[in-house]
Amino acid sequence: MIRQCFIIFGCLALGELVVWLTGIPIPSSIIGMLLLAALLQMKAIKVEWVKGMSDFLISNMGFFFVPPGVALMLYLDVIKAEFVPIVVATVVSTVLVLIVTGWTHQGLKD
Amino acid sequence: MELLQNHIILLALTFGIFYAARQLQKWTGWIVLNPILVTIVVLIGLLKLTGISYETYSEAGGYIEFWLKPAIVALGVPLYQHLGQIRRQFLPIFLSQLAGCIVGLVSVVGIAQLTGASRETIISLAPKSVTTPIAMEVCQAMGGIPSLTAAIVVTVGLFGAVFGFKVLEVWHIKNPYSQGLSIGTASHAVGTSRAMEKGETYGTYASLGLILNGLLTALLAPFVLRIMHIL
Repeated sequence: MIRQCFIIFGCLALGELVVWLTGIPIPSSIIGMLLLAALLQMKAIKVEWVKGMSDFLISNMGFFFVPPGVALMLYLDVIKAEFVPIVVATVVSTVLVLIVTGWTHQGLKD
Repeated sequence: MELLQNHIILLALTFGIFYAARQLQKWTGWIVLNPILVTIVVLIGLLKLTGISYETYSEAGGYIEFWLKPAIVALGVPLYQHLGQIRRQFLPIFLSQLAGCIVGLVSVVGIAQLTGASRETIISLAPKSVTTPIAMEVCQAMGGIPSLTAAIVVTVGLFGAVFGFKVLEVWHIKNPYSQGLSIGTASHAVGTSRAMEKGETYGTYASLGLILNGLLTALLAPFVLRIMHIL
């Protein structure tokens, strides 16, 4: 368990370090993810060394979004005042992204 | 009500409501009763009712939100396991991501503009499809309201998680790889968590969409908004 935590948090910490050193506008977590995949690929670490922890984190990822979602209550006024633009723009745009990405990928794949 | 401001009690409440919401979805089988959505709505209602401020709640919620970053790092495992497959399909993946990213930015900004949103709201909406930490960063850099972005991002994620697969089916996008990729591109980690429930292939391609669209949006958003005369 400790080794699992060390690997995950180690990658995240290195991500933080990269961001701090270079100032690139990419979140440390994304860098950490790429780093973890790279370490696994280079056989520097084994999948079994992180599997338990990573399975736990991935299968509960949705739950971690609850607190930032509750922040919605701070913007009920803004959302009420600009309800139509916000809802129409996000819904239509999200549907478009789904369709365009899916079609392009499905079409090019074959 | 002082007691309710205790962090441990607020955390226990959050776990409890989420557990109940998940059971509720299991019993009813309704996709709309997404446990994340239900928990957020119930918590907001409860906080409003008891007069507890968001600031107080977020001190407790911070312990949960904290795990978001390690969870994103953990996506490196399925990414590694599917690396070979991804490499073979690099071009379709990259091009579909580029198309999805640009369409997403242009459409959300264009529609918000046409329907009369304020400049700040438009900027806050722009990075709506990408994962919270990236979206907030992008929004901040362009002069929007980062916490409004965070709230919108979660909402978009929920929309994708709840309706995403339905939309794809209606539009005859049936390939599991394409489906996963689209869900991740449009609705980041919340969509990815839904895709992981459907199967690891869906989930891995979703996390790929989450990563690539995150990177592309961070790079392209300022550029697209400048062309559209928002910045």
